[in-house]
Amino acid sequence: MERKPGGLMNASKLFEQLRRLYPPDRLLTRPAQLAPYESDGLTAFRARPAGIVLPETQDEVIQTVKLCYQHEIPFMARGSGTSLSGGSVPIQDGLLIGLNRMNRILQYEPKQRIAVVEPGVINLAVSQRATFDNLYYAPDPSSGPVCTLGGNVAFNSGGAHCLKYGMTSNHVLGLKVVLPNGEVCQLGGDSLEMVGPDMTGMFVGSEGLFGVALEITLRLLPKPEVYYTVQAAYDSLAKAGDAVTLVVASGLLPGAMEIMDRLSLDAADAAVGAGYPSDAKAILIVELEGIAEEVEAEKPRLHELIEKSGAYLVEVAKDDEQRLKIWTGRKSAFSAVGRLSPDFIVQDGVVPRTKLGESLVEIDRLSREYDIRVANVFHAGDGNLHPLIMYDGRQSGALERAECLAGEILRHCIRLGGSITGEHGVGLEKRGYMREMFGESDLEFMFELRHAVDPLQLANRGKMLPMAESPVLTTRGAHPLEKQGIISRE
Amino acid sequence: MMVPGSITEVQQAVHSVQHLRVAGGATKSALSCDATLSTRKLSGVLEYEPSEYTFTALSGTPLQDIVNTLVEHNQFLPFDPPLVESGATLGGTVAAGLSGPGRLRYGGLRDFLLGTRVVTGGGRIVLGGGKVVKNAAGFDIPKLMVGGLGTMAILVELTFKVFPRPERYVSLRVDFEFLQQALDFQSDLMTSPLELACLDFVPPGTLWMRIGGMATAIEKRVDRLCQFVGDSARVYRDQEDEEIWRSAREFHWVPPEHDLVKIPILPQQIQVSESYLSGLDCEFPRRYSMGGNLLWLAWPREQQRGLLDEFCTQLQRPALAVTGNWPVPWLGPRQDNLYRQRLSSVFDPESKLARFPAGVGQ
Repeated sequence: MERKPGGLMNASKLFEQLRRLYPPDRLLTRPAQLAPYESDGLTAFRARPAGIVLPETQDEVIQTVKLCYQHEIPFMARGSGTSLSGGSVPIQDGLLIGLNRMNRILQYEPKQRIAVVEPGVINLAVSQRATFDNLYYAPDPSSGPVCTLGGNVAFNSGGAHCLKYGMTSNHVLGLKVVLPNGEVCQLGGDSLEMVGPDMTGMFVGSEGLFGVALEITLRLLPKPEVYYTVQAAYDSLAKAGDAVTLVVASGLLPGAMEIMDRLSLDAADAAVGAGYPSDAKAILIVELEGIAEEVEAEKPRLHELIEKSGAYLVEVAKDDEQRLKIWTGRKSAFSAVGRLSPDFIVQDGVVPRTKLGESLVEIDRLSREYDIRVANVFHAGDGNLHPLIMYDGRQSGALERAECLAGEILRHCIRLGGSITGEHGVGLEKRGYMREMFGESDLEFMFELRHAVDPLQLANRGKMLPMAESPVLTTRGAHPLEKQGIISRE
Repeated sequence: MMVPGSITEVQQAVHSVQHLRVAGGATKSALSCDATLSTRKLSGVLEYEPSEYTFTALSGTPLQDIVNTLVEHNQFLPFDPPLVESGATLGGTVAAGLSGPGRLRYGGLRDFLLGTRVVTGGGRIVLGGGKVVKNAAGFDIPKLMVGGLGTMAILVELTFKVFPRPERYVSLRVDFEFLQQALDFQSDLMTSPLELACLDFVPPGTLWMRIGGMATAIEKRVDRLCQFVGDSARVYRDQEDEEIWRSAREFHWVPPEHDLVKIPILPQQIQVSESYLSGLDCEFPRRYSMGGNLLWLAWPREQQRGLLDEFCTQLQRPALAVTGNWPVPWLGPRQDNLYRQRLSSVFDPESKLARFPAGVGQ
C-alpha cells in the first residue's frame, strides 16, 4: 500500500520546474534557509524538507501541488508551524509549502456575518478586522496571535470557548481546496445552511491529508455584550474540579471554564507576573458572557455555586484590563512552563467531564511513579486536559520516559471513553495511539478514504494515520530558536 | 420493507440487496418515498449522562422520545430539529440535514453531532467521531453523514451534544410596510448582541423573533428588545409563544397540495427571491428562517417544477425537496466534485445507496 517518495531524480526535476514558478527569494533550498522550518510547536520531532516554496497566490499553490503530484514528491502545507502534535513537521526530503504570505482577507461581509480568508491569515486578525462591527471569530486557540486559519482548519483547532461555541469546524461554512492531485474543489458555501453531505466538515480536521485549503469561509458571531470573569482559588485541585461539575449541573452555560494547578500557576507567575494567590493549589476561571441582563441574572447563581464548592478566595475582573490579565496568565501557561523545565511535552486528551477529578488523581499518581513533574492546565468545561510533562532533553532517556508517561495519560483518557486529542490533532505524536482509540477496521476505513483522495499519499504524508509511515528524525531538546528566546510555545 | 433490529441485521440487509434506501419516521416523503429499509426497530436511547451534556441513541429513535428524555433534565437539542411531533427520527433528521428556527443561537445539527456508528454501502461497520464534547482525532466522518440522505452509509448509532434548556422564552412580532424595511431590521438584529434564539421573516413584511434565557432576566430582555424594535411589536408569552414556533417547526403553515422545499440562501438574496416569486402567477407560502439564511418554500403541486429549478439556478443555490414525490430530491445547481466522488467510492463502492429512486440511475 505504501508508495515510496519519488526519489532524488524526481526531486531535482521538480525543483527545476519550481524555479520557473518562483523567484529565488521564494524558493528556499539552502540548509541555512531550511533549518528554521525543521520542526513545529512540538520540538521533539524534526525533519528537513528538500525545499520550501512561499507562494503568494492561489494559482502558485495549485501549480505547486500539481507539480508535486506529477513528480510524486510528498508535500506539507503549513502556516506558522505552531502545531503541538507535530502535525506541521516537514516531510523528510519532501516539499514544504509555506502559506504565510497568503494572508489576505478576501471578503468581509459584516451584515452577512461572514469573512472569506486565505489560509495564511492569522487567527486573531479576523476578530481584529471585525471588531468595529462588534463581530468576532469565536475559536480562540492560545496561539491565536500567531497561528493561521489554514492550520486551524487542518487540525480543527479549539480553544477555551469550545463547550459553548464549538471548534473550528463549527465556524467554517465553506472551503475552496486543492486536492492532492491538483484539482480544485469548492466545498460548502457561504450560507449557515446547506444541502448535500457536509463535505466542508469532512475536510476540516483532516490534518492536511486531503489537500490544501485555498479559501476559507468563516462564520462570525456578534461579540458578547459583557463578560463576567471570575477567578476562584482552592486549597485542593479536586475542589476546583468539583466546582466545574456543580456549575454544569446548575444549568449555567459559561463561555469558558479553565483550571490551572499549582505548578502551572508558578510558571505563569514567573512568566507574566500574573499575581496568583501564593497558597492556592488550584485556580478556577469561569467566564460568563452574553447580553448584560442575562449575565446579571447568572451572577448570583454562579457565586452561590462557587461558594458551595469551597473556594477560599474569589476575585472578579472589574474591567477589561483585569480580564485580560487573567486570560494572559492562563494563555501564557504553556510557554511559561519553559521556565520551569528545559523541555516539556503537552498532551490534550479528553475525558468525560465528570471524570476530571479521577483523571487528575491518576495523572498525579503517574507523575510520582515516574518521578516526572506534570503541570496541569485544562479546559475544564469540556474535559480537555493539558498535562505539561517536563523533562530535560539533555539527560539520556528522559524524553522516552516523558513520552511513556504521556502515553499512559492518553490510555487513561481512552479507558474512560474520551479522546486522545481534543484540539491539537493526532499529527506525528499520537499516531501510535490511534489504534487504541479506534478499531483496526475503523482505521483501515480512514486509510482507504485517504487513499481514495490521495492515492500517492503525498499530502502531509506520515501524519495522523498509523499505517502511513514516513521516516522522521527525532532529536532531543528545545528548538534552537527557542533556546535563543526567538520563538516560544503558546 | 426490511426492518432490521440490530447493526448486524443492517449489515446483512446491505449485503443481501443491490439497492437500498432508508426511511426513519417517513415524515419527509421526498426522501423516503422509495425506502426499502426501515429503522423502526433501531430505537432507544443507549446512554444519557446529563452532566456530560451528551447522549447516544439508535438512529430510529423518534425525536419526541429524545426531547422528552432531555426535558426531564432541563436540557434540549439546540439545533431545534423540525417535525418532532410529526414523528421524525434522529437518524432521518441527520440524513436530511435539517435544523429548526432555533439553530440561530448556537448552531445547526452539524454543530451538535459528535459521533456515529454506521453501516456503509459496502456493508462495513464504521465508527467515527467520539462520545465526548470535544474531539479532534481522526477524520470527522459524522459531519459527512449530515445531509447525506443515506447515500454514503446507513446511520445506526448517533452521539449528540446537548445544552441546558433556557428557563423561559418570549416571542415578538413586528410588521413592516415595505420589504426593505423588514430586511434592514433583520440585518440590524443579526449583528446586535441581543442573542435571539430565533429570527424568521415571513413575507410580505413580518419579522418573528424569540429570546430565551433565565426567568429572572427575560422580562428585562423583552423590554430591551421592544425598545430596539419599536412600539408596534406584539409580545407573545407561554402557550402563545410555544405555538408560534411549533407551527414553524412542524410546518403547519404548509397548505395541502404543496411540497416543502429547503433552499439555503443569503439574507441579501431575499430581495431577488421575492421579486422572482411575486412575479409568478401563483401563491407560494414561504418563510425565511435563521436570519435569512434559509428559505422554506411551499411549492404548489400543480405548479411547473421547471420553474423551481430555474429559481434555484438564478439564486445559484442548490435546494432539497423535503416532501412530495420528486424524481430526485436535489434541485438547482448540484455541487458535485472529485472530493465527494472519491469519498463515495469508499463508502458505497457499488452505488447501493446513492440512487434515487432506489436502483433507478442517479
